[in-house]
Amino acid sequence: MSHINDTEITDAVVAEHGLTPDEYQMVCDHMGRTPNYTELGVFSVMWSEHCSYKSSRKWLKKLPVDGPQVIQGPGENAGVIDIGDGDAAVFKMESHNHPSFIEPYQGAATGVGGIMRDVFTMGARPVANLNALRFGQPDHAKTRHLVAGVVSGIGGYGNCIGVPTVGGEINFDKSYNGNILVNAMCVGVARTDKIFYAAATGVGAPVVYVGSKTGRDGIHGATMASAEFDDASEEKRPTVQVGDPFTEKLLLEACQELMASDAIIGIQDMGAAGLTSSSVEMADKGGVGILLDLDKVPCRETHMTGYEMLLSESQERMLMVLKPGREPEAEAIFSRWGLDFAVIGELTDTSRMVVSHEGQTIADMPLGPLADGAPEYDRPHQATPKAATFDAALLDGAPDMASALTTLMASSEIASRRWVYEQYDSMVMGDTLAGPGGDAALVRVHGTQKALAISTDVTPRYCFADPVEGGKQAVAEAYRNICATGATPLAITNCLNFGNPERPEIMGQFVGCLEGMGEAGRALDFPVVSGNVSLYNETNGTGILPTPAIGGVGLLKQLDKAVGNRFTENDLHIYLLGETKGHLGASLYQRDVLDHDGVFAPPPVDLESEAKHGALVRRAVDKGLLRAAHDVSDGGLAVALAEMCIGRQIGAQISAEGDIGFWFGEDQARYILAVSADKATDLEALADGLPLSKIGVTTGAELQFGDTVTISVSQLHELNEGWFPALMQG
Amino acid sequence: MQASVIVFPGSNCDRDVAVCIEAAMGKAPLMAWHGDSDLPKSDLIVLPGGFSYGDYLRCGSMAANSPIMREVVAQAKKGAAVLGICNGFQVLTECGLLPGVLMQNKGLNFVCRNTRLTVTNNKTAFTAQYKAGEEITVPVAHNEGNYFADDDTLKRLQDDDCIAFTYAAGDNPNGACLDIAGICDPSGRIVGMMPHPERRAEAALGGEDGKRMFSGIVEALS
Repeated sequence: MSHINDTEITDAVVAEHGLTPDEYQMVCDHMGRTPNYTELGVFSVMWSEHCSYKSSRKWLKKLPVDGPQVIQGPGENAGVIDIGDGDAAVFKMESHNHPSFIEPYQGAATGVGGIMRDVFTMGARPVANLNALRFGQPDHAKTRHLVAGVVSGIGGYGNCIGVPTVGGEINFDKSYNGNILVNAMCVGVARTDKIFYAAATGVGAPVVYVGSKTGRDGIHGATMASAEFDDASEEKRPTVQVGDPFTEKLLLEACQELMASDAIIGIQDMGAAGLTSSSVEMADKGGVGILLDLDKVPCRETHMTGYEMLLSESQERMLMVLKPGREPEAEAIFSRWGLDFAVIGELTDTSRMVVSHEGQTIADMPLGPLADGAPEYDRPHQATPKAATFDAALLDGAPDMASALTTLMASSEIASRRWVYEQYDSMVMGDTLAGPGGDAALVRVHGTQKALAISTDVTPRYCFADPVEGGKQAVAEAYRNICATGATPLAITNCLNFGNPERPEIMGQFVGCLEGMGEAGRALDFPVVSGNVSLYNETNGTGILPTPAIGGVGLLKQLDKAVGNRFTENDLHIYLLGETKGHLGASLYQRDVLDHDGVFAPPPVDLESEAKHGALVRRAVDKGLLRAAHDVSDGGLAVALAEMCIGRQIGAQISAEGDIGFWFGEDQARYILAVSADKATDLEALADGLPLSKIGVTTGAELQFGDTVTISVSQLHELNEGWFPALMQG
Repeated sequence: MQASVIVFPGSNCDRDVAVCIEAAMGKAPLMAWHGDSDLPKSDLIVLPGGFSYGDYLRCGSMAANSPIMREVVAQAKKGAAVLGICNGFQVLTECGLLPGVLMQNKGLNFVCRNTRLTVTNNKTAFTAQYKAGEEITVPVAHNEGNYFADDDTLKRLQDDDCIAFTYAAGDNPNGACLDIAGICDPSGRIVGMMPHPERRAEAALGGEDGKRMFSGIVEALS
């Protein structure tokens, strides 16, 4: 029988592995010879866009990543921030877009599983999951099937492992018809002195494989995630991994048990590019070499080649380097949890990765070039042309206020996501203070009086019209959503979803969005501590809207001070904080009421106002002045007010007057605040010159604008709740 | 008083319920491992929610055959109070301590939300602190909570006052027969329920309606 390494490396074989001729030449130079088939496979996944960030690295380096709150920034499995009292929050967001389009249930499920492993690899216990999802047009033939599968997959995994899914966001847009986005975020909590890292040191230390057995699933998943889709992509279903949340639950508990000891030197989850990337990263970060004996790898299929074992993306597996001699106690823990445990190699001093299988050396490669040697591309980028300002003539013959508001409340962006989030266990672990449906989710740090505020945000239509402002706005909205609960924003993770970076206009979107995100992160002291880049989100040459999803985390020091985003009772005074200029460009009103798809400039983001207004809201919450607070975003002031009414079915009489832009414009840095009558003057005094104006009071069962427009809150509620179930019933 | 929480591989509400028991009892319960065949004599045994053994094969069926369950059944028969919540209720029906079966939800989807419950029987070991007929709010979170039993069994449950909780009118989340949310054995010492009282046992989590389950059983047993 011929060995797989006997396969001749032709140009076609190189191209199948996704390497360009120039990249292949670099591989040969690093090797000092022609690589064999296995080595080519290892290089191809390590140098894939997904693993190497070769198109994005240059720009990621410009993001703010520092701050006194940052314990670990980008480059590890997840970011780590200090939340006081020796506690740390550990979090990251990651995409699972391509697999979820091909096989929505497993794609989404394994996305959730993968991000949780990234977090618990660091020594944290996962405490919250969120998901940022983008689907195609609601009436597109595949949308219902994809929504049902993705939601079911997210629930199927998170519910079983017992980590609450507490929030997220969903958009529908035709640009996602052939390329949905599934971005999963996980937040965990650890002790600051018990954080685990990937770096492996100590020549001779055992390399240990734990978790599920290795199969043939997911081979070249990372390469698939680095290519565009075409009509034949669904044939790639075998490259989608299959998840087993039950095994992950056991793996989580076993890892936590072992982590309570001091037996672990380094630990890394086997995610994209599986055993290859975990062993390369651990050894390279530790500045050592690694020797792997694939005959020791637990396999669930027979006759697997070394190539397949190295590139498999089978789920629920971890690689660890233990202190020599500690193997028996570790093995006892894993076998008690019914998991495989195998010493499959050891660290060496060669700075090379040497792999043996069936008595032969099948790969022998230098680690440095594998880990960091991928070329860094400065791809041509063309800035997105400045969009025109909104054309007010479009408002001629616009529908009346009541019908515009009812349209928006039942639109795909604003409609209640209850159909989705009731399929997620949002309460397990007994610390969910505010689950889905709020501005930010609030999750108590177990056994303390403090809580994490978590939100995912981005407005892709803004990013498309103006990447720089859109990038800023995504960060600013996450900031606002966290402030609205009373929490202090601390840091963000990001998941940067874009089209093909080899097209200058797409690269221009990427560069623009990162410029805006960086600017906002610096101005708001909201650094990036982890993230993920997903490029080539295209089908048949059509790219998605630029979608740099932000996951923000903040801290509320006293959880009993938290406020929600619903009116709580009658006779509250309603205030608007922030300036309203009536900016309708790229608004939801333009898209869903005027039904106009022209590209107009989105609302500009004034970061100084964002910081000041956020600080005011936090101070007001801290002083116990507020009964409710809500960020004003999609749909503007009128929609924000309606959302606050329908939560507990409390009406409002709005005395402010304005035009369409006033009610539906999406000017930034705005909040609606509700205070009891006796606290109103305190709030006004606290505002100290910031633009704060009283716009109404809560009362009755209707939302009334002046004397002319009256809409029943129960009608708004029904419209808002009805859209999603109607979509899914077809 | 000795309380024990059984931990199966895949249990995920074991800590949550232990927190509530400790709050009520002032002492942490014993966390008992599924693979053990000994269980210290316990006055209260709780089977927590989760996905025991991954809920593969059928919810609760493998857990019902685990070594520890022989001990649980033996102690239940000698008078220990037993509470099965969600997956724990499924285990109780699978091991025969309670009749009936939990089928997949009528809507075919997992459902997690608050439900309004009526306390149908306030004479069980766990419900004495509720008023008969009292309406309380407790969340559910399950995919297989649709209680089913044949007509004779349902009639016996009614005749013997073995329906502990029902979903309030119009709030049945899973299609359960007779709106059954929880049942007990004729002695009232063994209770199984789909809703999660441990998730609504403090004001910060939205309400305290579930708390009296735990204070009630501690009062009854101490």
